[in-house]
Order: sequence, then C-alpha cells, then structure tokens
Amino acid sequence: MRGMTCAIALILASAALPVRAQGVVAQEPVDLSGSWVPYATDNPLEVDEGPFTDDWTGMPLSAAGRALAQSYSASIYAEPERVCQLYGQWKYMTAPFPVRIWPVVGQATDQIVAWRLQTTEDQGGMTIWMDGRQPPSKYLDYSRGAFTTGHWKGDTLIADTSHLKMAPARNNGGFYSDQATLTSTFILHGDKLVMVFVLHDPVYFTQPYVYSRFFNRSTARPASTAWPPCIVNYEGVAEGAVPFYLPGKNPLLDQMMKVFHVPEYASEGGAQTMYPAYRDRLKAQYLKLYPTFPKKCKQYCTNFLFQRPAANLAQPVARAPAKSGQRKAKSGH
Amino acid sequence: MRRNLTLKSTARITFVLLVSLAAGTAVHAQGRPGPSGPPPTAKAAAPIDLTGYWESLVTTEDWVYRMVTPRPGDYAGVPLRPVGIQVMDAWDPAKDTAAGLQCKSYGAPAIMRVPEHLHITWQDDQTLKMETDAGEQTRLFHFVPSMAAAHGPRTWQGYSVAQWEFQRQGGGFRSAGKAVWGSLKVTTSNLKEGYLRKNGVPYSEKTQVMEYYDPVQESNGDGLMVVTSYVTDPVYLFSPFVTDNNFLKLSSAAGWEPSACSAMW
Repeated sequence: MRGMTCAIALILASAALPVRAQGVVAQEPVDLSGSWVPYATDNPLEVDEGPFTDDWTGMPLSAAGRALAQSYSASIYAEPERVCQLYGQWKYMTAPFPVRIWPVVGQATDQIVAWRLQTTEDQGGMTIWMDGRQPPSKYLDYSRGAFTTGHWKGDTLIADTSHLKMAPARNNGGFYSDQATLTSTFILHGDKLVMVFVLHDPVYFTQPYVYSRFFNRSTARPASTAWPPCIVNYEGVAEGAVPFYLPGKNPLLDQMMKVFHVPEYASEGGAQTMYPAYRDRLKAQYLKLYPTFPKKCKQYCTNFLFQRPAANLAQPVARAPAKSGQRKAKSGH
Repeated sequence: MRRNLTLKSTARITFVLLVSLAAGTAVHAQGRPGPSGPPPTAKAAAPIDLTGYWESLVTTEDWVYRMVTPRPGDYAGVPLRPVGIQVMDAWDPAKDTAAGLQCKSYGAPAIMRVPEHLHITWQDDQTLKMETDAGEQTRLFHFVPSMAAAHGPRTWQGYSVAQWEFQRQGGGFRSAGKAVWGSLKVTTSNLKEGYLRKNGVPYSEKTQVMEYYDPVQESNGDGLMVVTSYVTDPVYLFSPFVTDNNFLKLSSAAGWEPSACSAMW
C-alpha cells in the first residue's frame, strides 16, 4: 500500500513538472527574437550624419553635463586607453544599425532565462535577465554590459538597467554618468517593435531623458555577433594625454547657429528646451532671421539615403576637365 | 466616369476592409460576450486610459525640424520623390495664409509632430476625441466607423478608424486571460493635402496614416505615451515616413494655450 502511495506520488510529481515548466515558458508571451531594423526617417541628424558638435537641443543637461559637453573633444577616442572602449546601451536608440535580439536558454531547464541584445562590435550589449535574480551590490564594478532585469506586463517587456558605465547619450560630449539608470520598454506590434528608453542620471541630467524608436522585423538572416578582438594601435594621441577644450575655448560651439540658425542659448540644451513653451523664447529672434536664410537649402538638407544631387554636402569644388592626352594615357593602362 | 466608378469602388472596398478589420479585432479582443447582451463598448472595453492632458516631449528627435520652422528646402529624413521636391521648393507661406490654408502643417500626418498639448476625452462610448492647443485641431477616433462619414468632404484630420490592441494576462494576443494592458491603433484617410513639415514638405490627399498609441509607465510614476506615426503617400513619398513622438501625462490643464494655425511658425 505504501509502495502504491509512493508510486502515485511520483506520477503526480512527474506530471506536475511539465506544468510548472509550461508556466515559466508562458511568462515569455511574445517572441522578440530576430533582427530589428530601424527606420531611417526618424532623427536623421542624430542617427545618420551624427550630431553637430554643439547640438544638445532637447537634452536635459545639468550644469555639470553641459560643462563636460562643451569641453569635449572627439579625439579622446584616439587615446590608447579608449580605442577599444565600448559604447553603452543607449546606442540602441541612436545607431543606424539593426538590433539583434535572441533568447538565452538555461541548459538545466530548457527555459528562457534572459534576452540578449546586440548591435555592432563596438557596443556593450545588453542581457535582460528574466529569471528573477537580484542586482549585485551597487559597489560592484560591473562590465560594460551593465546589469539588467526584465519583467512582462501583458506582451510588453520592461527592463531595468543599473551598473552602467559613463558613456555618450549623444556622440558630441552629451554623456550620462555611471550613476545613471535606464528603463527600457519593448512593445511588439506584429512584425514591428517600439523601443522606449528612459535614462535617469542624477549627475549630468536634471530630468529623465526619453527616446523612442520604431523597428521592423527583418526576414534576412540575422548578422553574426562574433567579431575579431579590438587591437590598440597608435591613433595620434599619446598614452596618458586627454584631449579637451578649456571653458570658452571650444571653437565648435557655433555650428548650430551657422547651419540651422539656432542660437547658442538653445543649442546648449537644458530641460526647458524639451517643452513646447520654449518656442516662445525662440520665436522673435528666429523669425527675424528667417527671411535672410538661403532660398534653397545647401547643406544637410536630406540624409544619405534620400539625397538629391549636391543637397547633402557643400558644393563640390569644380574640376578642370582633363586634357585629352592625359585621358588617353590613363585609358591605355 | 469609369475612373470615378473605379475610385468609388476602391474606396468602398477599402472602407469595407477597414470596418471588417476593426470589427474582427473588436470581436477578437472584446468579444467574449456573455450568453446575454452585446459586447462592451470601446469605452467600457478600453485596456488603457489615454484620457487627460498630455504635453509633447521634444527631446533629441528632429528638434530642428519641430521646435523651429525648418530651413527652406530642408527635407532631411523624408523619403521625398522628385515631384515632392518640386512642390516643396514652391512653398510660399504668405500665399498659403492669403488662401486660408495656414493649417496645412497641422493635418493628421503631421499634427503629432507639432510641439503641443493634447486633451483626450470620450466624445461618446465609441468615439475618442483628441484636441490640440497648437492649431486648435480636433481628431475623432471612431471605433464603430460610418461609411457615409468616411467618404464625406476631405479635411485636415481626415477620417480615423480606431481599434484596441489587447495584451492579456498570461500573454499572447490569443490568450484568454483578462486584458491587463494594450495599445490603440488608428488608421486615417480621406485627408486634404498638406505639409509633413512647416517648410512645405508635402503629402497628398492619397496619404494614409497608421498610428500606434502606446502608454509607458515610468519608474518614477510619470506617465508617458509614445505615438508612432507611419505615413504612406504614393504621390510624394517613395517609402513610408515613420516617426516616434513622446508625450508626458499632465495632472491638469496647466500649459494649455490654444493658438491658431500659422503658416510660418
């Protein structure tokens, strides 16, 4: 009788195992895996050409964040110490590359324990742990991959990231600090994905910095995420040197005025530049200037995908036609 | 004449398809009517609450095309066909104002990109109403479409068909669990031609707009809404023009300042 009871108990227990496993799998209500391609129509100045040297419009920079941005020299990435430094997780929002997402399956349970995101080899990647693990101590020096946990709300994946490293929120010196935290939301609409990132940084921002982006699921085979290792070469900056501009000495803080007629008090950013009311401050000066703008846009008028001749670049230097003898000599090779 | 008939037939078929889609979704999503009584109204079935006041958050995305009037001839990011470039190059705000067309940059394909406040309310149980302070526009999102209204005179905001996308407990659109979250999908057509940007980047009256309204709950308690706008125009665009627009939920009408359409600012 006791043997029979044990047998029944064992059968019930084994029957319960798949049920529990299905329960865990059911926590992954949609499949995010695939290669997600961003649309090139949103924010071309940031995504395609890269931001202007003094464009911090719409960034809630603190005084410290602004001072850091205005002292920034892009040559820091030629420092031997930084040549192989990876971009942070914010890069998913501003890179023109597809984002690859794939599940990490636990070997013991055959269940999804994490979602992994990656773009290119110079980006830190993101692993969103779904297995309920707790964040490590805030004093732990974590890798460039930071630490992220996720949970589902309906079919929406919400992820919280801590242990970030200081990294660019914009590739012109607009940094977030290693005290920042990130909340990411992934919303699936069939074969389309909306990603929303909200960055909180008590050091370089005064308010949350919000960015959203729309992706299309690609049917092409996802790109590989295995790359050769980065090799440090001499790129013009000696070891130990840190290129920077002293306050008031940065010669590149007038680009937004020169190209877009946006005054410096606006291009230097700040939370106020994110809100509609800020337009009132710009209106009088801007509309006074507008009649003086060229009637035909000459520079940065489109992006590289949709350009018309000579619209995206400065007018090319006219070349003298080659002499016939030279042309003949060339064609003879 | 035959062309007109064909156009009418095409419009009718499109409308029937839209209605079928909306009805199908309604049945699929709301539609586990009890043994007695009809399915709940759109208002009663709403998985999310979008009502209230919202303010544009113009962070980095296209700031120079939104917060100020873009330079003449600047169409960066817009997949504009050559014929669209010709139209853009002929932009004349004074002429538009004189012709009473100063609302051309406030139509449905562009209005969510305008820095503004929104006020969203239920007009009735099956119609969501969105008002803007910038340009004083009103959009109506119809959960139960009307064929006659859908083919009335063209307007800046066109005719919008709405449907909920439900996300259910236990996950998956086909899950039988209780709706815990969701999105609003809106499809708009029957538009007057207008501008995608203030500087005359055009869209034609054949334009269609598909939008997703996604609420996002922030960790600090702030309510955000992301509106993804997917604009297709066979006349002036050679591929969809897709943008994301972020809005911050407000607790009151503070900041609501109605202003008339302007062709220049």
